[in-house]
Amino acid sequence: MIEIKDLHKSYKMGSNSLHVLKGINFSVEEGELVAIMGSSGSGKSTLLNILGMLDVLDEGSYTLDGVPIKNLNETKAAQYRNKFLGFVFQSFNLINYKSAMENVALPLYYQKVGRKERQEKALKYLEQVGLREWADHLPSELSGGQKQRVAIARAMAAEPKVLLADEPTGALDSTTSYEVMDLIQKINDAGNTILIVTHEPDIADMCKRIVHLKDGVIVEDKKITQVRASQYV
Amino acid sequence: MGFLFDSNTWQEIFGSIGKNRTRTIITVIGVLWGIFIYIVLSGAAKGLDNGFEKQFQNVAMNSMFTWAQSTSMPYKGFKTGRQIQLKLNDVSILKNRIPEIQYIAPRNVKGVFGGGPAQIIRGGKSGNFAVYGDYPISTKIATKKIYDDGRFINDEDIDGARKVCVIGERTQKELFEIDENPIGNYIRIDNVFFQVVGVHKFTPGGGFESDSDIYIPFTTFRKLYNTGENVGWFAIAAYDDADVIKVEENVKAILKGIHNVNPKDDRAIGSFNLGEIFNRIVGFAKGLTFMSLVVGIATILAGVIGIGNILLISVKERTKELGVRRALGATPREVRSLIILESVFLTMIAGVMGIILGAGVLSLINKWTQGMDFPYANPTVPIPYVLGALAIMVVLGTLIGLIPAQRAVSIKPIDALREE
Repeated sequence: MIEIKDLHKSYKMGSNSLHVLKGINFSVEEGELVAIMGSSGSGKSTLLNILGMLDVLDEGSYTLDGVPIKNLNETKAAQYRNKFLGFVFQSFNLINYKSAMENVALPLYYQKVGRKERQEKALKYLEQVGLREWADHLPSELSGGQKQRVAIARAMAAEPKVLLADEPTGALDSTTSYEVMDLIQKINDAGNTILIVTHEPDIADMCKRIVHLKDGVIVEDKKITQVRASQYV
Repeated sequence: MGFLFDSNTWQEIFGSIGKNRTRTIITVIGVLWGIFIYIVLSGAAKGLDNGFEKQFQNVAMNSMFTWAQSTSMPYKGFKTGRQIQLKLNDVSILKNRIPEIQYIAPRNVKGVFGGGPAQIIRGGKSGNFAVYGDYPISTKIATKKIYDDGRFINDEDIDGARKVCVIGERTQKELFEIDENPIGNYIRIDNVFFQVVGVHKFTPGGGFESDSDIYIPFTTFRKLYNTGENVGWFAIAAYDDADVIKVEENVKAILKGIHNVNPKDDRAIGSFNLGEIFNRIVGFAKGLTFMSLVVGIATILAGVIGIGNILLISVKERTKELGVRRALGATPREVRSLIILESVFLTMIAGVMGIILGAGVLSLINKWTQGMDFPYANPTVPIPYVLGALAIMVVLGTLIGLIPAQRAVSIKPIDALREE
C-alpha cells in the first residue's frame, strides 16, 4: 500500500540546514495498523506529513497504492489527499461552526458528492462511531473523546486507502484514549490500513507493528501481538 | 462557473458568513451605507431636476421675452430718455433676419405693467382682471391648458377681430355660479360684450401671469384699447438646437436697428432669457447628479474596502479551518472561490438592502415635499444607474476578495494545521 525508498528531508533554518529524515525505507501492507514512535524531534511528524502529502520529500520515492507521489502541485495534492487519505489530528480540528454531521460530510463535499448522499453517508459513519444521536450538535457541545470520534468518522467518510492519525490520543485522558483506540482497532479489523504517530507506549502496543524513529532513521521495526483496547474500556 | 449555481457552494458560504454574525452585519452596514448614500443623493438630484422641469413644463425651454424701455444714449439725433415702442412690423423682420426663430408671438396686456386692469362685469358680478391681447401662436411658446369644451383664440378670431375671450379659473369662479358653464356666455370687458370660448387652467411656474387672466384676440385688443401697431413684448421660441443666447443678442441688435437705438445702449431693449436660466438650472442639476455619483461611488468604495479588510482578518482567524479544508481535499481554487464568493455575496446583500432602503427614504422625502412649493418631484434613480452600481459592487467585491483569497491559499496546509 505504502512504499517509501531512501527518503530524505531537511529544513532550511536561516543559513543552517536541519536534516530531519536521513534515508527512510519503509513499506506498509494493506490492512496493517502501524504505530510510528519516537521522541520529539525524531522526525515522526515530518514523516507523517510527507505520507499525508502535506509536505514534499527532498530525495527518495514515495508510492501510494501504486501511484508515484511526486511533483504534485497544490491542486493535485488536494485531490490525492481527498481520494487516498484520511486525517485524524491531535487537536481534532473540527470546524467549529459546523455540526458533527456537516463536519463528517465535508470531505464528501470536496468529492462533489450530492447533498443527500453526503448526509446519508455522514450519518452512517457517525453511527459507526456511536454518535448518531449527536449528529446535529456543534463540536463545542461534544466531549474530547466524542470530538475525536467525529474526526475519525470524518476521516473515514471519504473511504480513504490509508488513515493517518497524528497523536490521536494526545489530548485525551487514558480512558477516553482507550475508547478511541478501540474504535481505531475496529476500523482496522474491517480491513483499513492505519498509521498512528504516538509517543505513548501503551497506545503503540495496541497496534500490530511498531516503527521506532530516532534522529531521522528507523532504529527498530517490529511486528507485535496486539493489545486489545476493549479490555480497558 | 458551475459552482456558482451549486447549492453546496452557497451552503458553505452561508455557513462561514453566519458564524460571526455581528461582524458580518457591521461589515455589511459599511457597504449598505455607501449604496444608500449613492441612491438617495442621485435620486434627490433627479428629483430636483424633475422639479425644475415641472416648473417650466408649460414654457418652451429655449424661449425668451423682449420688450422696449427708454433709451439711455443719444443716437442719430434722438436724445436720451426716449421711450421706444415695439411695432407689429418687427415680427416679420425678426422672423426673416433670424432663421433660428421658430415662433414669435407679439403680445399686449392691460393691467400688468402700469395702467389699471380692465373692469369685467357679468350681470351683478364684477371684478378687475388683466386682459391680454394674444395670437394663437403664443400657446406654442407657453402652453395653455384649456378645460374641456373650450378652446384658445384661433386664426379666425384674429382675422375677424372677434369679441371672444378665454378666462381664467378664478375669473370663472368670481363671475359664474359653480354649476354654470361659462362657455358661450357673455361677459363685459370695459363695457364691451365678449363671448367666453374657453377656460384656461393655470399652472404655476413663475412669471407674471395668474389664474384670473383673460385672453382676447390681439386684433380685438388693439381695437378695444386703440393700441394700433403697438406691441407690449415679444415671446420668442428658438429651434431646439439653436443657441438661445445668440438668438437673444441678434433679436436685440435688430430691434435696436429698427428703432434707431444706439447699438451700445443696453437699456433700451429689455429681455429675459428663459433658455439661459433653464440651461443654468439644468447645469446645476447635472452638477448635482455628477457630485452624487462621485460621492456615492467613493462611499461604496470605502465600504467595499471595509469588506476586504474584514475578510483579511477573517482569513487570518480561519487559517486553521482553511488548513483542515485543504487537508480534507479542498483545492486552492475551491478555497479561493469560497472567499471571493463570500466577499461578493456580502457586497451584493449590502447593495440590495441599501437600494431598498434608499428607495424607501426617497419615497418618504417625496411624500413630505408633496404640495410644498419646492421644486422636487418624482425622485427616481435610473435603472441603468442602479444596475451599474450593482455591477461596480460585484467587480469591486471580487477584486477586494482576491486579496484575502490569495492570502488564504498562500498559507500551506501544513503551516495552517500547525498553527495553534
